[in-house]
Amino acid sequence: MAEIKNKESATKDPGRRPPAALSKTKTVEPITRRSFFSWLTIGWFAFAAATGAFFTMMLRFFFPNVLFEPVQTFRAGFPDDYTVGEVDLRWKDKYGVWIIRNEEGIYVLSTVCTHLGCTPNWLVSEQKFKCPCHGSGFYKSGINFEGPAPRPLERFKITLADDGQIIVDKTIKFQQEKGQWNDPEAILSV
Amino acid sequence: MESFKHLIDTISNPTILFTATFLIFFFIFPINDWFDKWNRRLKLYGLWSKKSMLIVTFIMVAFYIVGLSDPDFRLIMLKPDNVPISGLIYLVYFFTWLSMHQAYENDARIERGEPLDEQYDAPNDKVLVWPDLVYIEFISLILCSAFLLIWSISLPAPIEEPANPTESPNPAKAPWYFLGLQEMLVYFDPWMAGVVLPMLIIVGLMAIPYLDNERSGSGYYSFKNRKLSIGLFMFGWLVLWNMLIIVGTILRGPNWNFFGPFEYWDIHKLEALTNINFSEFVYIKWLNTGLPDNIILREIWGLLVLLGYFLILPPLLAKTALKKLFARLGSFRYSIFIVLILIALTLPMKMYLRWIFNLKYIVSIPEYFFNF
Repeated sequence: MAEIKNKESATKDPGRRPPAALSKTKTVEPITRRSFFSWLTIGWFAFAAATGAFFTMMLRFFFPNVLFEPVQTFRAGFPDDYTVGEVDLRWKDKYGVWIIRNEEGIYVLSTVCTHLGCTPNWLVSEQKFKCPCHGSGFYKSGINFEGPAPRPLERFKITLADDGQIIVDKTIKFQQEKGQWNDPEAILSV
Repeated sequence: MESFKHLIDTISNPTILFTATFLIFFFIFPINDWFDKWNRRLKLYGLWSKKSMLIVTFIMVAFYIVGLSDPDFRLIMLKPDNVPISGLIYLVYFFTWLSMHQAYENDARIERGEPLDEQYDAPNDKVLVWPDLVYIEFISLILCSAFLLIWSISLPAPIEEPANPTESPNPAKAPWYFLGLQEMLVYFDPWMAGVVLPMLIIVGLMAIPYLDNERSGSGYYSFKNRKLSIGLFMFGWLVLWNMLIIVGTILRGPNWNFFGPFEYWDIHKLEALTNINFSEFVYIKWLNTGLPDNIILREIWGLLVLLGYFLILPPLLAKTALKKLFARLGSFRYSIFIVLILIALTLPMKMYLRWIFNLKYIVSIPEYFFNF
């Protein structure tokens, strides 16, 4: 509407030049069907590219540059540092493992509950691991016996270094329900 | 006083608490004519009168105030995380009462041939959006915002030590609105209780308008014609959702053991809870043979129980107890309805099986992450 009005006012007074902005309105070509579609395609491509770039950035975010994780393989002292029949808590905070020695040998238990991943507590008087989140309970061996945990705690690879120290490798795990606890590396005979 | 607290602690034992609830519930919310008959005979509908509301509210407030004199009760109830639960108990009660009160009121009006309570005779059949439709909402919005603001300032959220993956607080509780789900996780495998069942709750709620094709009594508060719908919904909402939240908040203590509301949270409370799977019941307790190595052979009994429950029970019920319902819903609607109901009922069933028989899973195939 405004355009038409301005045109009229321009023709009414021929001696006056129309304003610069108004003169441009005459040169605009009508949008053809073909050009509409090509612009639409360009628009969609731009949109897809921007969205794609955005989600690539989001995806990149899931792979951080630095991981503040403790090393997965560590030396855990000499076998004699561990008393028979006791659950050793000294590596729990740093590496998330319990090291337990019984008559047969030494094994390493993961501190991650097999139900939903909380950290159970070792209750000395009850001789069991008890998870505070849903009440799963595990024997000293790691076998689940109460609460909802569907499978036993996982064990990690344990070997002896040349100097006689224990080496725990958390990258290799042994699951009881798969029959892996019989693996020679799941328990260190001493 | 001590004996009263002891009594409360005793009936807070989940087996007693839930059994009592299940026994009473359908007399208060009758789902069929038989329950309705007893509801009338025992005059339980009197619960929805104004006088009852005042009495029940008074008892609940008095219990709360008297209870606060006990240090253990005070510790649980006044924890900043748990304060909303006190509000929830009163609010859920009040709104349940309000809707049931209006429903019975409308039922009585229909019987007397009077117009409904909701009937609104607008002049010229026209209603203004402002103020007629949004005035109350607007006031509520302002009041709620003010209330939340004051609450959040006066009762700050407890800031705890930095998160540490190797140290879980004991007990480690979810936010209060998830405590029902956390309670469910005690009885089910994580992917069942954490993924499948919550999804089915949502799917089930979405399915309600398609399953409930009863026209009469729809669109206004009423109870008489919608006994089954309201009774079942209230059971899911009040017992399986709100009550589990309250149990998870108030009755769960260290090591996720049960504690009465007046009981000291003893970390060393010893409860023998050695759970066994159904396969171990069959092969070790009853047949006295070891567990077979073959997974299928080991779990066949549990699978048969589940198949019977989900495939044989529904047609059986359609032929017998739920004959009328089956005729009304048709086979497609009925199948969806009954499967949803049966799945919902596995929760209380599994709770009882755990409490009474220490049964962990009916089907347990940890090798392939399938436990039920």
